[in-house]
Amino acid sequence: MNAREKEEYLREYSILKSQGKPFFPYAVGKDSWMAVIVLMVTITMAVFLGAELGPKADPTTTTYTPRPEWYFFFLFELLRVVKPPALVLMATIGIPTICLILLLILPFIDRSPVRHPLRRPIAMISALATIVAMAYLTLVGALAGAPTEIELATAPQFEEGQEVAASAGCLACHKIGENGNTLGPPLTNVGDRLSRDAVARTLINPTAPMPRYQTLKDSNPEQFDKLVDYIASLKSEQ
Amino acid sequence: MKLPSPPLPKFLRPTPPRPGDGNGDGADRSAGNGDGSTTTAPEPKKLDKARGAAVEGTASVVGYLDERTGMSPFLRGFLYRKTPKGNTWYYTLGSATMFAFVSQAVTGIFLAMYYTPDASRAYDSVSHLTNEVFLGELVRGMHRWGSTIMIILIFLHMARVFVFGAYKYPREINWVIGVVLLVLTLAMGFTGYLLPFDQRSFWATVVGVNINASAPVMGPYIADFLRGGAEFGAATLPRFYAIHMLLLPVLIGALIGAHLYLVSKLGTTAPPWVKGEKKNISEEAI
Repeated sequence: MNAREKEEYLREYSILKSQGKPFFPYAVGKDSWMAVIVLMVTITMAVFLGAELGPKADPTTTTYTPRPEWYFFFLFELLRVVKPPALVLMATIGIPTICLILLLILPFIDRSPVRHPLRRPIAMISALATIVAMAYLTLVGALAGAPTEIELATAPQFEEGQEVAASAGCLACHKIGENGNTLGPPLTNVGDRLSRDAVARTLINPTAPMPRYQTLKDSNPEQFDKLVDYIASLKSEQ
Repeated sequence: MKLPSPPLPKFLRPTPPRPGDGNGDGADRSAGNGDGSTTTAPEPKKLDKARGAAVEGTASVVGYLDERTGMSPFLRGFLYRKTPKGNTWYYTLGSATMFAFVSQAVTGIFLAMYYTPDASRAYDSVSHLTNEVFLGELVRGMHRWGSTIMIILIFLHMARVFVFGAYKYPREINWVIGVVLLVLTLAMGFTGYLLPFDQRSFWATVVGVNINASAPVMGPYIADFLRGGAEFGAATLPRFYAIHMLLLPVLIGALIGAHLYLVSKLGTTAPPWVKGEKKNISEEAI
């Protein structure tokens, strides 16, 4: 905006202001109604949705799948969508930081005097694209399903092992059949690549981002064996 | 000083005097006959006296305070400043966000009365608060869902400002303050999520801090600061508690003050499709 446009805006604004109503009581009245609505909605949500409290935090378990508050779903989903390890840093830190900086300096990028939304197509389209992208990622994150369920059919002797795998949090990173995420390699046919001993060794001594399953072996060796049997049984011909 | 009457719904407003009414009181007319008005005649006098005393008392208190604080020009300027034409319900989103923050502060104070920021006792204190304390679950629920409502409102408020082009001259600085407030509110959500210290919140926070740690240059330092060391430990929970309870609320409160100061100084924008009437332009020219 140049000096003339600034002056034009200020003149138009002072006219609009002189034709307006005082802040008290007109705007204050509307604000008060809104405050009442906000309070009512909060209490209604508190009464009907409650405040659940899960099991106590246990830093020694590796079997819990983390899930953030819904308004961080889009960040988690961004992490899931981006697969190549070289780009993960871009997804977790890069994109949100760039978006935030753009948002922060928006008034210094968009300096045109035009204010009507229909006459600012670039601004409106990019805003709409951002909202759609965030809403889509949030929705996908919300629908990602319980990360503790494996639908892939399995032989009856491995069913207990499947349950252990489901509750052990494997799906947080690995894909088994249709379920799970793609941070780590898929386990659907892992039996083709690894023997039973190799699976057990990987669980005890995994490569960097994967948690160790030593505690499961110590506290419940039977469950650990079933888990290893199940994972080793995941072969392509079945 | 005459106050403008509050915006009452139609059925509560006093009937305006009609031409031809003797004493101009609508209530007397509905009584139906002349007797009613003669018997009630002395009453308004008493009422007037009481009203006069009340007005005088208020005026002397206001005068006392004003003499010592000099607040009245500021308050008059703040309350009776004109808002531009076309002031719609969209303009309540900002104040609604602030109200959600106030509600979070109040419920948060009550939660803090029962909460123990200690890794070994936090979960039990929350469980006691939820299951045994009178109205504990309601207040915790209000705080938990209040955060969701505040996030939604802050995004709606931002969308309104964006669509109306209200971030443009002369309100650029207020937009920047608003974005910082958005980030601080999200940080509130992140730090508060750990406090119940159940499995869900613990592991989500571990992952969140690890994502932070992967950031270049500053990342590891921020993560170490949040954890109070290289690992999640006894120091972590009190740290999140202090950030959630002291650091962020003070910052948010101060920035809301700055935000409001600029709003009252610069005024709210009019919707961009509202135009001033031509008649007044010519009046201005004269």
